[in-house]
Amino acid sequence: MARTVWDSTVGKKTVMAVSGLVMLLYLVAHMIGNLKIFFGTEEFNHYAHWLRTVGEPFMHYEWTLWLIRVVLVVAVVAHAVSAYQLSRRDIKARPSKYVHKKPRSSYATRTMRWGGIILALFIVWHILDLTTGTVHSGGFETGKPYQNVLDTFSTWYGNVIYIVAVLAVGMHVRHGFWSAAQTLGAGSRTRDRALKTVANVLALLLTAGFVAVPVGVMTGVVS
Amino acid sequence: MTTYADYTTGEPVADTKAPAGPVNERWDTRRFEAKLVNPANRRGKTVIVVGTGLAGGSAGATLAEQGYHVVQFCYQDSPRRAHSIAAQGGINAAKNYRNDGDSIHRLFYDTVKGGDFRSRESNVHRLAQISIEIIDQCVAQGVPFAREYGGLLDTRSFGGVQVSRTFYARGQTGQQLLLGAYQALSRQIAAGTVEMHARTEMLDLIVVDGRARGIVARDLITGKIDTYYADAVVLASGGYGNVFYLSTNAMNSNATAIWRAHRRGAYFANPCFTQIHPTCIPRTGDHQSKLTLMSESLRNDGRIWVPKAKGDDRPANKIPEDERDYYLERIYPSFGNLVPRDIASRAAKNVCDEGRGVGPGGQGVYLDFADAIKRMGRKAVEAKYGNLFDMYQRITDEDPYQVPMRIYPAVHYTMGGLWVDYDLQTTIPGLFAVGEANFSDHGANRLGASALMQGLADGYFVLPATINDYLARNPHEDDVDDDHPAVQEVLAETEDRLNLLLAVDGDRTPDSFHRELGELMWEFCGMARTDSGLRKALERIPQIREEFWRRIKVPGTGEEFNQSLEKANRIVDYLELAELMCLDALHRAESCGGHFREESQTPDGEAARRDDEFGYAAAWEFTGTGDAPTLHKEDLVFEYVHPTQRSYA
Amino acid sequence: MKLTLRVWRQKNADADGAMSTYEVDGISSDMSFLEMLDTLNEELILKGEDPVAFDHDCREGICGACSLVINGDAHGPERTTTCQLHMRSFQDGDTIDIEPWRASAFPVVKDLVVDRSAFDRIIQAGGYITAPTGAAPEAHATPVPKPDADLAFEHAECIGCGACVAACPNGAAMLFTSAKVNHLNVLPQGAPERETRVLDMVGQMDAEGFGGCTLTGECATACPKGIPLMSITSMNKEWLRAARKVQR
Repeated sequence: MARTVWDSTVGKKTVMAVSGLVMLLYLVAHMIGNLKIFFGTEEFNHYAHWLRTVGEPFMHYEWTLWLIRVVLVVAVVAHAVSAYQLSRRDIKARPSKYVHKKPRSSYATRTMRWGGIILALFIVWHILDLTTGTVHSGGFETGKPYQNVLDTFSTWYGNVIYIVAVLAVGMHVRHGFWSAAQTLGAGSRTRDRALKTVANVLALLLTAGFVAVPVGVMTGVVS
Repeated sequence: MTTYADYTTGEPVADTKAPAGPVNERWDTRRFEAKLVNPANRRGKTVIVVGTGLAGGSAGATLAEQGYHVVQFCYQDSPRRAHSIAAQGGINAAKNYRNDGDSIHRLFYDTVKGGDFRSRESNVHRLAQISIEIIDQCVAQGVPFAREYGGLLDTRSFGGVQVSRTFYARGQTGQQLLLGAYQALSRQIAAGTVEMHARTEMLDLIVVDGRARGIVARDLITGKIDTYYADAVVLASGGYGNVFYLSTNAMNSNATAIWRAHRRGAYFANPCFTQIHPTCIPRTGDHQSKLTLMSESLRNDGRIWVPKAKGDDRPANKIPEDERDYYLERIYPSFGNLVPRDIASRAAKNVCDEGRGVGPGGQGVYLDFADAIKRMGRKAVEAKYGNLFDMYQRITDEDPYQVPMRIYPAVHYTMGGLWVDYDLQTTIPGLFAVGEANFSDHGANRLGASALMQGLADGYFVLPATINDYLARNPHEDDVDDDHPAVQEVLAETEDRLNLLLAVDGDRTPDSFHRELGELMWEFCGMARTDSGLRKALERIPQIREEFWRRIKVPGTGEEFNQSLEKANRIVDYLELAELMCLDALHRAESCGGHFREESQTPDGEAARRDDEFGYAAAWEFTGTGDAPTLHKEDLVFEYVHPTQRSYA
Repeated sequence: MKLTLRVWRQKNADADGAMSTYEVDGISSDMSFLEMLDTLNEELILKGEDPVAFDHDCREGICGACSLVINGDAHGPERTTTCQLHMRSFQDGDTIDIEPWRASAFPVVKDLVVDRSAFDRIIQAGGYITAPTGAAPEAHATPVPKPDADLAFEHAECIGCGACVAACPNGAAMLFTSAKVNHLNVLPQGAPERETRVLDMVGQMDAEGFGGCTLTGECATACPKGIPLMSITSMNKEWLRAARKVQR
């Protein structure tokens, strides 16, 4: 079955849909966690610490977190490789463009492709910034995420990068969630409106939830 | 000097294959008597099938299933596009699912009567028998026929009959049946048993030692002319309605395959029997390239009328009820709007000739759904005819839910075709003709929803049973190749013809000749024909032909994709076939079915048959371009359905 | 009406192509789009030029032969086939761009004519029900619920014109393939080959070099027969079901 799936365009789309949904679940959790920042340093830092101890005593310190990280890396890689291979195939399938251009004709495809690339780059920056601290703007301190976040959003470029990426997430989720539902065969004529609504609401909530943090910092609500 | 019209009458031609005995046992008898080819030997036998419509597609698929090696051709880019796809209304079958008194015998009776007693009883009875199996076969293939809420098949009634025996798939029955055959054919192509040549057009027939051994065909993309050999050749290339230029046929439907076979010795039967379909969209101007038919099922609920007064040019909705003439209901009270096609067409012509026609040029009558919408509600009308209404609106820019449709008759189907015996074999041994390409089952007029039935009966059931007999009895001793003198001759003729077309470099386009010929045929060999008119046409056609070879202009070369060359080459054949149609119409000084001779009518203007003189099928033998052909009569015997003057009053 | 046409001209599959400009005059609004092209071709022939090659046959919207991208839209601005598009959809003085279907799986044969045999091969891969002639049971032996029959019909309406591929930015043939898969898979007669049909047809579709689906919906918008985008969803579902059930 694995071979059948990976060799087929429909199968690869399934891989994208499943990995996308995994990432989407993570994003929802991540967004909820982020909102803790509005309740002060202690609560936020405590939440960050909890992420490392969750599952204890069954799990050792940070095991759960690493497990999640591994799953996420697998999802990101599967998603990206499938997307890359499918996109190459798509471009090859339509080598010459129409002379008479229609601007609307590839809206969804373009936002997904460019959005995906933006997000991939963002993820790298985001990890280097707030997980490893490699490119962090202030003095990065492990165990003090509240301050680290404040540092990041105290720079103009930190805000710009973050907000652009969040908007890309919104657009990506908006088409991606609905699209994944179609790929997995969950869509139907009667369910289509509901699916589109869920996709829009999800996209909106994620965008709003993520954007709230830099906006909070900028406006001084979080300080 | 003898002219083309001075034809000679040769020996009668007889169908020697239909067994004697009760009509309902003949098909069984024939199938039993026909020799079989050992399944192991079939692989080594090649059958060429030209055309992939209902008849050709089903024949190719079935012969391949039986184990023969099939080599199949179509001029379209895919076998799925054959013009059977455009049939709308439905397919008849004597299933009697409605319990309304239908039976094989009634379908047989209706078809013989509908054909105005110019068809063969044996063939028609077989057709009625097989009709039942066709529905079973198509359902098994996944043809999505209309169904009722109980999950069973729905049927409707159709022009010319009083039972509900027409199975349908909305207004696209032909499409669905054709896709069924195409899919069956595709399965065989994948299995390697059918070698499919799309975009390849048959240009001539190869006859060696009096038997059909192959064809010459041109690859329409590269222009390459090639020979293909076989143990038998089946023509399923459809009808020749495009002689009229404007018809409901596809633009590229043509008569070349059957006409070239005719030139090589196959008799052409009843060429003048053309069906003019009553419910087509009227033409809008000289630019018109084809006419669009709307299913005759519309006549089930629509009412046909014209204003009572001549030259009444008020909009339809402004003409009060008592100033309308529902002429079909008036003249034919028991069948009303459901009279057979030929009668409905002629009645429309008559009221238009009286000056009561509607629309631009007065060439149209109203088909009104106001009552139907009142009775059934717009929703029900929409469910039944929605796609037809949409099509009408798209073409005319008028909304048939608001204003009545305008319709006018147009050439639609040709009952004539290559003469075949009960086995569907032509007068050239080894050459078979199926579907509209042959003449056999519809006599002088075809009933609605019977073309699909005949095409599929021939292809799925008749030919696959009868061709065995020929192949078993006539094994070929040696192979033919391109060096054979007979092949050399055909090849040279074909190449010369195409080269000449390219070399003339005159000043008229192929279409201009086609249009001219079509107008001439419509005027003199159309819905009503006269001795003097036909003679005029017979005088004119050779002149057009001569002018054609002097003034035709075909750009480009023969070694490339060249649609002008394709067209011009088809017109060469129309210019000869048209002449034979007119001669046949001239010689048949009676009216019957679709052939109406003004000299032969009853006092109240109905077609008057003359059975004593013309109770035969006219099979013509080719003697040379422009030379008077030889007529061979096949006497028609009616043991079961006794000829009466048709009455639909 | 007087119009300026910009038409893709390409001598054959190997030659390079380019847009050529032509003026046509005296066009009636009642003409079909193809009749307008006939008018142009008649003029070109008399001028000794090569007429524009385009595929067409039935001219009543059912055979699926006609295939032009008109001003960037497959089959032009109305939801119908090119042969059923009428000149009343255009204005006097308009400039109209006419191009062939574009997809690497549909190579240009000449001018506006493309090779769509890839579609035939997709059908050959499994777009049928194995029911040899003569073996059929009585038609009423298996009732088919009306909703299923109607659904099958809706999908069976596909005319195989290829507008879906032409409109898709990825040159994907998902709508075409799904229409046939759904037509046959929804019927009880199609059930025995349900899994192999979808796997083989999708496999062939991929092998022909069509792109993948990104659900842009352009195909369904261009489809002259209104095959819904949901058709693709249903096929995906069938495919996943088959991939789970069939060991390959």
